[in-house]
Amino acid sequence: MPEEKNFKTFCAALGRFLREEGDAFVRGLKKFFSNGKTIVGFSIILFFVLVAIFGPLIFPYDSNTDMANSYLAPSWLHPFGTDWLGRDVFRQVIAGTGSVLEIAFYSAIFTVVIGTVLGIVSGYLGGWVDKIIMAITNIFLSIPSFPIYLLLAAIVTISTPISLAVIISVWSWAGLCRSIRVQIMSLKERDFIQICTVMHMSKAHIIFKELMPNVFSYIAINFVMAMRNAIMASVGIMLVGLAAYDPTNWGAIINAARTKGLMNVKNIYILLYPLVCIIVFQIATLLLSNGLDETLNPRLKVL
Amino acid sequence: MENKTTGTSVGASKLKEFLGACGRFLQKYSYFFAKIGISLVTLALSVIVLFFLLRMIPGDIVELYALKLQNQQGITFDRAYELAAQLLNYDPNENIFQAFGRYVGGLFRGELGNSYLETGVSANSLIATRLPWTLFISSVSLFISFFIGIAVGGFVAQKRKGIANKVASGYIAVSGSVPDYLIALILVIVFAYQLRWFPAQNNYDAFAVTPGFNLPFLLNVLYYAFLPILSYTIVQTGNWILHMRGSCIGVLGEDYILAARARGLGERLIRRKYMKKNALLPLVTQFGVSFGALFGGATLMESIFNYPGIGLEISNRIISKDYMVVQGLIFFSAAMVILVNLVVDLIYPLVDPRVRRG
Repeated sequence: MPEEKNFKTFCAALGRFLREEGDAFVRGLKKFFSNGKTIVGFSIILFFVLVAIFGPLIFPYDSNTDMANSYLAPSWLHPFGTDWLGRDVFRQVIAGTGSVLEIAFYSAIFTVVIGTVLGIVSGYLGGWVDKIIMAITNIFLSIPSFPIYLLLAAIVTISTPISLAVIISVWSWAGLCRSIRVQIMSLKERDFIQICTVMHMSKAHIIFKELMPNVFSYIAINFVMAMRNAIMASVGIMLVGLAAYDPTNWGAIINAARTKGLMNVKNIYILLYPLVCIIVFQIATLLLSNGLDETLNPRLKVL
Repeated sequence: MENKTTGTSVGASKLKEFLGACGRFLQKYSYFFAKIGISLVTLALSVIVLFFLLRMIPGDIVELYALKLQNQQGITFDRAYELAAQLLNYDPNENIFQAFGRYVGGLFRGELGNSYLETGVSANSLIATRLPWTLFISSVSLFISFFIGIAVGGFVAQKRKGIANKVASGYIAVSGSVPDYLIALILVIVFAYQLRWFPAQNNYDAFAVTPGFNLPFLLNVLYYAFLPILSYTIVQTGNWILHMRGSCIGVLGEDYILAARARGLGERLIRRKYMKKNALLPLVTQFGVSFGALFGGATLMESIFNYPGIGLEISNRIISKDYMVVQGLIFFSAAMVILVNLVVDLIYPLVDPRVRRG
């Protein structure tokens, strides 16, 4: 029976393929989790992601005001207490997690894409393209970023996480672009790229198949770093009171509590929780990026 | 390239000689000229970028300002409009090249931008009154954190297995991951609002002391600046420890450290005489860059402390939509960043001659 045989060999091939891929995947995971810092950082971030996804389903946030229950102390009903309008702070923080993560994720993607593409293009092509891109990068590096975020946030009306992410990433890709360019320039002189050039491989092939995998680990680390910076910037913008589209964002909660007056101790308790959340999240991203750095670039390991 | 200019007339040998000397001069200092050229290009480009950002502002602020002038001075709207365009140095009816020329002309005359909300207030006057305060708190804290960072970083680099290194690493991680303005917020809450040891806003107590060079005033200024300086220092020290430690670890692998150890020199002497001096070189650049960034002020930090510096002015005026002044202030801080980076680039070869050759 030829068909049956064909089917059998197909199954065997498929099995082998899956086993090999599975092995590679498991090895990758093992390598990924071989570092303690990575495990801790990753699990904290995973926790926040799960909270962002399932938290609002379990603890839906009710934005109705309830003046009778304002400034309640923490209890089982309200684990973090209530704010000046009687709204549950715990649920606010949970509802804000998604918004914070969304901004961080989008702006990290935009930053990394812009920075990587421009960095690779300018490092690989060189010449006039390189000079022009570097001149642009210099402007973005020398004009201070935070006032520009504020200015852009005032000019463009921010109503979605994506628009805030665009504003943040427009002014934060320059450092990444410059360092990727340096890496590409040193890679370009290495033998394997030289051989590719001699073999007349297309530029697209060299960039995507040869150069990209070599800077991938660097990009991964910078993705996490870009998330950090995005959270810092977005919370800062909200703290000034611009970008007030989402009152449950951690920065917005802090700002609201701050403008209500810090003389009142009860307001301090309200802003304490988002503050702790931001700090924990930032430490987690730092641990994750340091852990990735140590795993992916063992030569850089200093200690 | 200058050597190739061939004199056509007979008595051109002197000119040739002169040009040759010029060429040699240019060649010798090509590093410096290249750096200056790049800085000028960057400055020009950032002027263009800021100009186009200004053009993106929705709404017609000139018209608003003209209406205000019309009501104030009792003149016709056309006259008021003309006056407003002149005062703000911005006329929306011009085409973009004329407007750009007008803006650049203003910059060359030293007019960074006038406020349309308050008469008599301009970016220049704000820089004159606010910059000293910003520079005071940020440079004092920069120096404090730099010296602490160098001392701790150098110490920790030699004792990498000890407990001090663990403590330093923890400090670096925490201070690096907490946003600086949140540290400021925590300090304000704890020391200003709860314990009430320090004031929560302003730069000095205007009712108690008279500004001038007298002791009570200076003490009062220091008292009011304590919390901002403390929070800046907390934020920056970790960064300096990190850089100094990395740099020192690099230096410790060098042969001359091994030679010094082989000669039986003590670790303290090695640290002071051999390691620190060499490890400090890369940090000079960093220090310069940080110093350049000071001129813009830390926007959020100052608005949390309500400290009347450039940063607070920028954020307040963005919120009140006084964009002309904002543009001037941002241009000023960008120009200072570029200038200080240029100075660092020019000084660095004097400190480390290897750069010029490389």
